[in-house]
Amino acid sequence: MVIQNYSLGPIDLASIIPYVAMGTILGFILLIVPFVIWFERVVIALMQDRLGPNRVGPRGLLQTIADGVKLFFKEDLEPAAVDRSLYYMAPVLALIPALAAGAALPFASISLRMADGSVKSLPLVAGNVNIGILFILALSSLQVYGIVLAGWASNNKYSLLGGLRSSAQMISYELPMSLAILTGILMSGSLNLVDVVNSQAGSILDWNFFKLNPATGFFFPLGLIAGMIYLVAMVAETNRAPFDLPEAESELIAGFHTEYSSMKFAMFFMGEYASMLVVSGIATALWFGGWHAPFDFVLWNWIPGGIWFLAKLTFFIGVYVWLRATLPRLRYDALMNIGWKRLLPLSIVVLFAVATVDAFFFTKDTPAAISAPATPPSGTLTPMAAPGGGQ
Amino acid sequence: MTLAIFAFGGLAAVSVVSAILMVANRNPVRSALALVANFLVLAVFYLTLSAEFIAAVQVIVYAGAIMVLFLFVIMLLNLGSPEALKERGGLQAPIAAVLALIFFSILGAAGALGTALPKSQATHATLNTGGTAETIGRALFDPNQPWLFPFEVTSILLLMGIVGAIVLAKRRI
Repeated sequence: MVIQNYSLGPIDLASIIPYVAMGTILGFILLIVPFVIWFERVVIALMQDRLGPNRVGPRGLLQTIADGVKLFFKEDLEPAAVDRSLYYMAPVLALIPALAAGAALPFASISLRMADGSVKSLPLVAGNVNIGILFILALSSLQVYGIVLAGWASNNKYSLLGGLRSSAQMISYELPMSLAILTGILMSGSLNLVDVVNSQAGSILDWNFFKLNPATGFFFPLGLIAGMIYLVAMVAETNRAPFDLPEAESELIAGFHTEYSSMKFAMFFMGEYASMLVVSGIATALWFGGWHAPFDFVLWNWIPGGIWFLAKLTFFIGVYVWLRATLPRLRYDALMNIGWKRLLPLSIVVLFAVATVDAFFFTKDTPAAISAPATPPSGTLTPMAAPGGGQ
Repeated sequence: MTLAIFAFGGLAAVSVVSAILMVANRNPVRSALALVANFLVLAVFYLTLSAEFIAAVQVIVYAGAIMVLFLFVIMLLNLGSPEALKERGGLQAPIAAVLALIFFSILGAAGALGTALPKSQATHATLNTGGTAETIGRALFDPNQPWLFPFEVTSILLLMGIVGAIVLAKRRI
């Protein structure tokens, strides 16, 4: 589907795409969260052979909105002897990084017919930056502060334990997650998420998760292993079952958000679901072909890319819910053992293997722009001149 | 131009204030947080200099990993209360003042405090490629560049640090 690049004076459709994308992703994350919560409750209810929410709206669809209204009008409790500024800052710090990380997430692509008749394919992404995945990693590494500070500031030993657990857990699982992401980057050859998605164009076998090795012609499950490591680490990073140790209700009351009520609690809740959506979006873009259809022939590729992205996102949310309904919570030492003794060595081995395959079996055609400057541009990376030397 | 100066001024103010807060705060957790704020502002400074890769790495490594470990240790050792780390006077403040004086006089002698600073030679082209992961990777790993050896030495230093930590923590493995 090609859209004419309408223009109104100096503004044309192509130039407002980042703003449209920003509004879309922000609005999507904020508005879809109630329905994700509803989806989770209904699916878990079905898995546990009970009815689930069914009073407010059709099939309980408005239950979460009713809960939100209730939270909004609840009393805003503040326990004695809390560290006030940090206590109020923590929920914000838990929500904002998750929302900001969505800025570098490309979720669809749009074809525009330019004024000169050429057709240009533009990605729908708020910030098409060439360090896209690093930007998201940086923001997701900041997310732990919300939980740690909530645990510390609320002056409650259960909260503190939850915060401690969370910081240890998120540091531990950030390593395998980063190494798995690095593997995916190596397979795609770019840090820019748009380029990563474009490198997976074609059928399902071109996705990084299922990628065939074109050099040897056999199924090479390295992407599969790294992708599974990412999926495990992403569940741990978002503190979801079976890795929900920071808020384990059977041992820590509610962990880091024990002392939070009303909208502050709602913000933690929103932050958790927003980061679920964002890490699922990264999984989609990095391993499962982003907005590309699984099969590149008629009927499949008629469906717009945004729909495919949404379908894949829904699949990962479904996996989250499925895990929560079926797996018991891990013991803490088991959690640490899995992170440090299983996932980390495995991800290093996979990274090494992918790098080796890359170096010896692929002859990559480097674009002229990359291979041309053998020396870096002068003035940027040459040893710094002595002060006053530039005159 | 003026907008850039205002942006720089705002960022500089935040970075100086957060640095002062980091030293002056009685509460270790707040000191750590002020340091995180300082790291974040530093990352934005890198961004304004078109060094986007360094900016992202700055946030990931310092703000995201090292400072979380700091907070973890502070909370684990229960140093969170303001009284836990009270320092008695001593010679620290006067020595720091002398060192700061020496530092600023060196800066002044080198001409860094005046207005006659050398102008940047960067063009749009160098700015667009200068801070990418690719340029930095080529500078670090290309044998024709002078940075390969320092890079290797630094990585051996880090390896020594890791081995040393394990030896100290686990005498018998």
